[in-house]
Amino acid sequence: MIQVEHVVKWIQLTHQKIVATKDKLTELDQAIGDGDHGINLARGLDAAIQNLSPDESKEDLGEVFQKIGMALIAKVGGASGALYGSAFVHMAKVCKGKKLISLAELAQVIEAGAMGIKARGRAEVGDKTMLDIWQPLADYLNEHIEKVSWEKVQQFLFEQMEKTKELVAKKGRAAFLESRSIGHLDPGAVSSTYLFIALCETLDRGE
Amino acid sequence: MNMVGIVLVSHSYELVHGLQQMLIQIQRDVPIAIAGGDEDGGLGTSALKIKNAVEEVYSDKGVVILFDLGSAFLNTELALEWIDKDKKVRIANAPLVEGAYGAVVQSGCGGTVEEVLRAAERAKQLNKVPSL
Repeated sequence: MIQVEHVVKWIQLTHQKIVATKDKLTELDQAIGDGDHGINLARGLDAAIQNLSPDESKEDLGEVFQKIGMALIAKVGGASGALYGSAFVHMAKVCKGKKLISLAELAQVIEAGAMGIKARGRAEVGDKTMLDIWQPLADYLNEHIEKVSWEKVQQFLFEQMEKTKELVAKKGRAAFLESRSIGHLDPGAVSSTYLFIALCETLDRGE
Repeated sequence: MNMVGIVLVSHSYELVHGLQQMLIQIQRDVPIAIAGGDEDGGLGTSALKIKNAVEEVYSDKGVVILFDLGSAFLNTELALEWIDKDKKVRIANAPLVEGAYGAVVQSGCGGTVEEVLRAAERAKQLNKVPSL
């Protein structure tokens, strides 16, 4: 079962990972984006954590995801803020009023996040965006929900991340580069990989 | 007389501030609001700033929004989700400078929100370098 304290730990761990890899993310983003992904995301996650007061045990998962989403929209800025924010706001909707969810429900929550990204960014799988992590992960969890190995999920995530290297970007500044975007990892897919690696680690330790 | 409000959205405050000055010179009575830069004053767009700008110039005549690039559109759509659906707010599929020019002139003539939107979007077909 997953509850509010897991989500709080998940976001804290994600923040640590993004801060640790800020320079790498920025470097990736300078190659095919606006060059500010690492810094912006670290700032937004920090704001999200500040928004979650210690008394969050009184809140349900819907409220917590909503708060995180709004903080990301306000503080990450740019396309990635709108996209990550929309993902969490969509995740909030399917968790409304729930204090805990099962693993099967978690897969649906991630699926809802992927739908949020798709709707906001008009993106499809294969466009070389963060969706190339979110959608395959939702599918993978739906398929393996009976017996999840978090180690294998991490391996799956890194494989998906590497796959974005060979794709031609269809969205954002990278789309202007056309075939020259090949050979670069998508920064949004990389940060989404860290987000879900943090989720795997949280659930692996904490269940 | 109420006129359709114009909102200019850009990654740069200076860019839309300058454009606003130009447009005021053309039509001083048209309400024009700007949402430039992110919430910390850096380059970027902010859904919250866009929402506030729309509310600043909204009247029952409505509002037309023009934006510069990429994420400005995502954040404009996000802002509209926080605004009452019954309000007449339209996003122009138009280049920012030329579109805003057309929109402001049409609004100043007392055009409806749909007329102002069309005036902005006509700028897409504008021949900037006329053939001789």
